[in-house]
Amino acid sequence: MAQQTSVSGHSAEAAHEGGHHPTWQTYVKIGVLLTIITAVEVSAYYIPAWETSRVYVPSMLILSAFKFIMVVAFYMHLKYDHRMFRALFTGPLMLAMITIIGFLFLFGQIAIHLGLT
Amino acid sequence: MAHSSAVAVAAPHAGHQHHTSTGLDNRKIAVWAFIGSECMLFGCLIATYLVYKGRSIIGPFPHETWTNPQTGQVVQGILDIPVTSASTFVLLMSSLSMVLAHNAVVHKRQPKTTTGQRILGSSKLWLLMTALLGVGFLCFQAYEFTAFTHEGLTLSTNLFGSSFFVLTGFHGAHVTAGVLWLLVLLAIDMKRGLQPEDEASVDIAALYWHFVDVVWIAIFTLVYLIR
Repeated sequence: MAQQTSVSGHSAEAAHEGGHHPTWQTYVKIGVLLTIITAVEVSAYYIPAWETSRVYVPSMLILSAFKFIMVVAFYMHLKYDHRMFRALFTGPLMLAMITIIGFLFLFGQIAIHLGLT
Repeated sequence: MAHSSAVAVAAPHAGHQHHTSTGLDNRKIAVWAFIGSECMLFGCLIATYLVYKGRSIIGPFPHETWTNPQTGQVVQGILDIPVTSASTFVLLMSSLSMVLAHNAVVHKRQPKTTTGQRILGSSKLWLLMTALLGVGFLCFQAYEFTAFTHEGLTLSTNLFGSSFFVLTGFHGAHVTAGVLWLLVLLAIDMKRGLQPEDEASVDIAALYWHFVDVVWIAIFTLVYLIR
């Protein structure tokens, strides 16, 4: 009996009001933040001292990852959603990242630098 | 009994009556599983691009200047960062308008007394805005692809051309599918009005749209900004 359950209990509106979903103000603030980070990224590309430095690539990856997390956590509501949704997303995402890193070590520039190819 | 109530609370977003053994909306589970599979698809495409990066024998190249030995034509780095930055901004703003569309559907029945509340509560406006921004992004991509072709870069020119067009082309195809999905939602909204009970349908479309956005966040950094 407990295995089959009817999903209807709450209206969507009540769920959002009583739940943890952000308000429209939060969404707008995140939109502004995403724009600012993108502007910083693009500016960094045009600053030779930054673009040629060793911190450029890590800083770009960190900024990009931050934007990625903000969209997934707040706009896609993963921060507030059920853990099964989190598992369904982060599992394949980790697999994809391992694939990218693995391929880079096997065949990419990293492999060339390490003398593996 | 306790289990039944626990699973009902775990699915507060479902608007429609349907049976589920997990207590979660099956459509949301399906779309998250689909997004997970899409992560692996784009992960492989990005991995392919990065592996082939810097291995093209002939140009045009993404960032480096190249002289065509046959025509003597000098081609600067082919990627147009200002144009792509603008298209990235457009796609980010489309995610914002999509989340506002979802918010408008959820709070449809709340009284709207001020102009600001009426604007914020108009799901039609935000869905239309999202679709238009998506079309705007596609126009930027069409411009970019056309410019590249005129510069001599095609799918078969070199490794960069092959991996770049496949990666960004697949992403563009996803944006196109998203725009069509949004237009269908907009048509439903125009015809009968989306209500809070339709929240799950809008949420699923929104999840897909935001995923398309996060893929572009990764592509923009890895392909355009990192030499």
